[in-house]
Amino acid sequence: MQMASKSDPIVDADTLPCDYAHFGEDTPLKLDSGMELAPFTLAYQTYGTLNADKSNAIIVCHALTGDQFCAGVHPITGKPGWWEMLIGPGKSVDTDKYFIICANVIGGCMGSTGPTTINKATGKPYGHSLPVITIADMVRAQVMLLDHLEIPDLFCVMGGSMGGMQVLDWAAKYTDRVFSALPIATATKHSAQNIAFHEVGRQAVLADPNWHGGDYGEHQTSPHKGLAVARMAAHITYLSEAALHRKFGRNLQDREAVTFGFDADFQVESYLRYQGSTFVDRFDANSYLYLTRAMDYFDLAADFDGQTVNAFANTKTRFCIVSFTSDWLFPTSENRQIVRALNGAAADVSFVEIETDKGHDSFLLDVPELFETVTGFLNSAARQRGLTSWAP
Amino acid sequence: MSELSQLTPKPPRDRSDLQLICNMVAEGSKVLDVGCGDGSLLKMLSDRKNVAARGVELSQAGVNRCVAQGLSVVQGDADTDLETYPNKSFDYVIMSHTIQATDRPKVVLDEMLRIGRQGIVSFPNFAHWLVRYQIAMKGHMPLSENLPIPWYETPNVHFCSIKDFRGLANEIGATVEQEIAFDGEGRQLTGLRGGAMANLMAERAVFLLSK
Repeated sequence: MQMASKSDPIVDADTLPCDYAHFGEDTPLKLDSGMELAPFTLAYQTYGTLNADKSNAIIVCHALTGDQFCAGVHPITGKPGWWEMLIGPGKSVDTDKYFIICANVIGGCMGSTGPTTINKATGKPYGHSLPVITIADMVRAQVMLLDHLEIPDLFCVMGGSMGGMQVLDWAAKYTDRVFSALPIATATKHSAQNIAFHEVGRQAVLADPNWHGGDYGEHQTSPHKGLAVARMAAHITYLSEAALHRKFGRNLQDREAVTFGFDADFQVESYLRYQGSTFVDRFDANSYLYLTRAMDYFDLAADFDGQTVNAFANTKTRFCIVSFTSDWLFPTSENRQIVRALNGAAADVSFVEIETDKGHDSFLLDVPELFETVTGFLNSAARQRGLTSWAP
Repeated sequence: MSELSQLTPKPPRDRSDLQLICNMVAEGSKVLDVGCGDGSLLKMLSDRKNVAARGVELSQAGVNRCVAQGLSVVQGDADTDLETYPNKSFDYVIMSHTIQATDRPKVVLDEMLRIGRQGIVSFPNFAHWLVRYQIAMKGHMPLSENLPIPWYETPNVHFCSIKDFRGLANEIGATVEQEIAFDGEGRQLTGLRGGAMANLMAERAVFLLSK
């Protein structure tokens, strides 16, 4: 389904089939940069029902290119939501039991305030003039959403990759409001290698002549080529050598022999080009710049005297950390750093490393051990919280 | 604990040492089970003693099984990962049939008693008469219900006798608060057999230590 014209790929705010929380001039979002964002909007989707004592709410945090449509059918693409395999009736995150809230992050491009939002002060899209957003800013906005929904605390906060970073920020700074936390395939800080890959992606966007200093909207164009290259490079980092080999090997794309040219001879080239070209239809280039930057800036310890263990001092939150053997973007060693910090804080923590060749993307894929882990962790946390109101 | 991805080896049928360890643990205490396998002991402790139960297990299969049934277990290696825990952060640190499978039992025991107020260790006694008989008379490494895995596959790399273990406890300055010997059927040995003769008569032993 084509969702918008090539020059303006992004959906109009306030027209999506989801809920919106509008925060006015009097309730600005205080950003890490020292600036304030007001007014601002969070587009969010909920699944399941909030119980009478408001004790079954889960915030699901999406990753870099995810959005609020984590379950069911995505209303724009018509495809399953990005965590549809995990979230739904009778699934690991059971919508018959829990009330799930998933908000598009600040800086995103699926209805929440971001670069495509019209700046009321200028009457034009923020574009490149939006203040830089951090992971902590995204979480601060979600905290305001929780207050807006009058939900005192969360049964669980969960998410993978950039979503996992938000989970860690939630658990570190709002521990009294987080009963349990499930950060998956993530890290307490973005590594030099990961910043490097992001920088390649950003430079690809910035080098596109259609970028126009971020004001491509005004020029009725978009840096599609740069963004597609950024996505292609990033997509490689989400997979693994083994998975690429298993899927494509050196197989040729619809041909018997190489063509001695620069067409997509190999299936893997064709696959990446496809990934790049479909991505630009659903994602805004400026948003990509802002969100990759937010991940780069993430360093949980920086807010706690340089010691990650301090971030979790006296935490009462129950944690479950999950990593995947073939994930080289957020490898087990990075996830284990979280476990070490939590052990150092004598926190209640589980840590599961799941064997799979599917790379970083494993957290989004059909990995039964992930589902079993999430089910077991949430069931046990629910018992501890005395959440039984759904029991027959 | 080497690269062996097996569960921490447990005696096949009889789990009376778990029962005994469970009895040693005070109600509502905080416990770390190092080498917790499939979580049987942690489950027993949380069900019967209402403890805050945590575990460390080397094998992924074991950890996943534990977490899937709601136990707080981290994947880790007793030889390297105990250092992350703060001093005296647990009331008890337990190693049930695990210490003989570690690379550095002395370091591990020391670490146990640093992070736990008390340590509980159970292990197979390599000086049991049947073991002695198999080696001395038959010239074979011992095989029994208690030691069921042949030498070329066993993860047990540091066997010891009850006497040896007392020696190690002494060497690291630990106090033996309780010492219980078992026979092959899991019965507690009493009198002379559980006392002066324990090193010959016991197939297994459980020690309660502090430092």
